[in-house]
Amino acid sequence: MHIVVCIKQVPDSAQIRVHPVTNTIMRQGVPTIINPYDLFALEEALKLRDVHGGEVTVLTMGPPMAEDSLRKALGYGADRAVLLTDRYFAGSDTLATSFALSQAIAKIGETFGRPDIVFTGKQTIDGDTAQVGPGIAKRLDLSQLTYVAKIASIDLDTREIEVARRAEGGTQLLKSRLPCLITMLEDTNEIRRGSLQQALCAARSQVVKWTAADAGIDDLTRCGLRGSPTVVKRVFAPTARAERAAQIDTAERGLQDIADELIADILTRRPALEHELAFNSGT
Amino acid sequence: MSTASQTTPRIAPGRAGVKKELPDRFKDYRHVWVFLELERGNVHPVSFELLGEGRKLADKLEVQLAGVVLGPPGEMVEDAVAEAFAYGADLVYIVDAPPLADYRNEPFAKALTDLVNTHKPEILLLGATTLGRDLAGSVATTLQTGLTADCTELDVDSDGSLAATRPTFGGSLLCTIYTLNYRPQMATVRPRVMPMPQRVDKPVGRVMRHKLSLVEDDIVTKVLGFLPDNQSAMANLAYADVVVAGGLGLGAAENLQLVKNLARAIGAEHGCSRPLVQKGWMPADRQIGQTGKTIRPKLYIAAGISGAIQHRVGVEGADLIVAINTDPNAPIFEFAHLGIVTDAIRFLPALTEAFTRRLSPHSRDKLAS
Ligand SMILES: Cc1cc2nc3c(=O)[nH]c(=O)nc-3n(C[C@H](O)[C@H](O)[C@H](O)COP(=O)(O)OP(=O)(O)OC[C@H]3O[C@@H](n4cnc5c(N)ncnc54)[C@H](O)[C@@H]3O)c2cc1C
Repeated sequence: MHIVVCIKQVPDSAQIRVHPVTNTIMRQGVPTIINPYDLFALEEALKLRDVHGGEVTVLTMGPPMAEDSLRKALGYGADRAVLLTDRYFAGSDTLATSFALSQAIAKIGETFGRPDIVFTGKQTIDGDTAQVGPGIAKRLDLSQLTYVAKIASIDLDTREIEVARRAEGGTQLLKSRLPCLITMLEDTNEIRRGSLQQALCAARSQVVKWTAADAGIDDLTRCGLRGSPTVVKRVFAPTARAERAAQIDTAERGLQDIADELIADILTRRPALEHELAFNSGT
Repeated sequence: MSTASQTTPRIAPGRAGVKKELPDRFKDYRHVWVFLELERGNVHPVSFELLGEGRKLADKLEVQLAGVVLGPPGEMVEDAVAEAFAYGADLVYIVDAPPLADYRNEPFAKALTDLVNTHKPEILLLGATTLGRDLAGSVATTLQTGLTADCTELDVDSDGSLAATRPTFGGSLLCTIYTLNYRPQMATVRPRVMPMPQRVDKPVGRVMRHKLSLVEDDIVTKVLGFLPDNQSAMANLAYADVVVAGGLGLGAAENLQLVKNLARAIGAEHGCSRPLVQKGWMPADRQIGQTGKTIRPKLYIAAGISGAIQHRVGVEGADLIVAINTDPNAPIFEFAHLGIVTDAIRFLPALTEAFTRRLSPHSRDKLAS
């Protein structure tokens, strides 16, 4: 079985700060990580390979330094890594990204064997759109299984797959066919630590580097900024509220006193709440 | 493996981002559409919130607002159509066919794409739910148009383009995104980000019915079953009028009982910040924030929550935010309306008691007299 996992190198958004005066993002020194949601997909792929045999190829589109995240993935136990990197990809929105990745996956199929499953994470933590997975599925004409919580079974002979998928208000049980694209939900897997041997191997192994041309992309107008129908016109900081929270004085007073004052304050500001709270509490 | 490159129109060379004359093939794209999401017989409330927003956009553009209802033939679809009119739609497009009984990407994407290609809307809005995101991503790809996810604000520009604003960089900044040279302009919006519009009973409007150009045998993916969530409370969190939430400042899983006690005393739902879910102290459905639920209560009480940006974006729609935190410099005090610098573990029981006293029938009688 051949599995392709798409991963993305993202800034660790917990560590991004906005400059208080200029409102620009202070990116300097912000460490990069593999998009955390992608790790659940990678782990699922590795588990499937361990059970069914075959190979896992990790793929990322990004700047040359995105190679780091591929090496990390090799360290976890992926068999092969492909870095799609070219200045033509700069400024890609989700449509242009899914175009480039789908072309690279088609090329991976020709070069290393047709994938049975393409995995992506549920979404990225920097873009948060959850659109790239569905975009890839549509372009490659794969059946699309998003927000998968569990792969219940895979039958490589009949080429059938059964999954549990997170839906609004419950879990949907679906049966579909290989090849398919799966976006994996978070917390579905305990992420393994790669072995020392794998880490050493990863450091030595080659990362396959492809330009747009190498991946067989001849229509560059569909890549990067030119291939992106959406345009960011303006980036700005959320308006800070004019005033900070009104503080309730807590000095040298009993807790009941403070609580009474807080409640009085709440109900002065929102008188309508009094009846609502009383009604809801059912007292 | 085939790619879609042969079947989709080639994008004209040039920078898509640069504003230029809208290509002729898009000139007759008009009207605002809202996809109505059917969830086990009911319309998902996010669809009504979007109809409210869509109404404003349609009025500004002086065009019509249409709802799109996809589902199995029968009462469920007819009810949804009536609701679409009650929440402001001028007309509703219906595709009703048995394969649309349960959500699957293939038949839904096919039905929606066909409708768009036939009737050419300029704006298409969907809820950023698991269903909406699954559907929007593939429809936008097929139509080769722009899709902006998780918008927090929608507007039309002076030249009539959709200005879609969304958080970026993990919520720390906002950006406004345009789809300049492609149609429709697509956007998704999370539940509870837009206010619920007023429901007005009115006579049924115009209905346009279409056939699904696909039969069950064409569909690769089959639905084997559905396991509904047993805790219905979590669906309520997003729609609760009063929410009490606890954060890491509560120190231990047991202390969450203090949050639940207060919530029970005032008829509120309870929630939490993300680290509590990660620690397994609360189920994921209780998480409030960017990667959890967006809430819009009339009153939000946050105990031991620092107010990180990812939490803030989920609660900013609250009418009145009250923060209890030991650190006077906690970021939550920058967007809360009322703040108390104190130990939440000691204060929550006192607050619960004071509320109970205040809301007891006896004191209510006194208030009335
Ligand atoms: C991609 C991404 C997505 C995220 N999504 C979300 C999300 O959806 N929702 C979310 O909440 N977070 C989210 N986060 C995490 C977020 O960045 C913060 O880490 C988190 O909100 C902090 O939770 P907290 O305030 O409970 O804990 P802490 O940051 O640890 O803050 C605890 C607070 O409690 C106070 N405190 C301590 N003791 C007491 C006491 N006895 N009484 C009163 N106060 C006390 C402290 O002063 C402190 O302010 C996300 C992060 C990332 C990177």
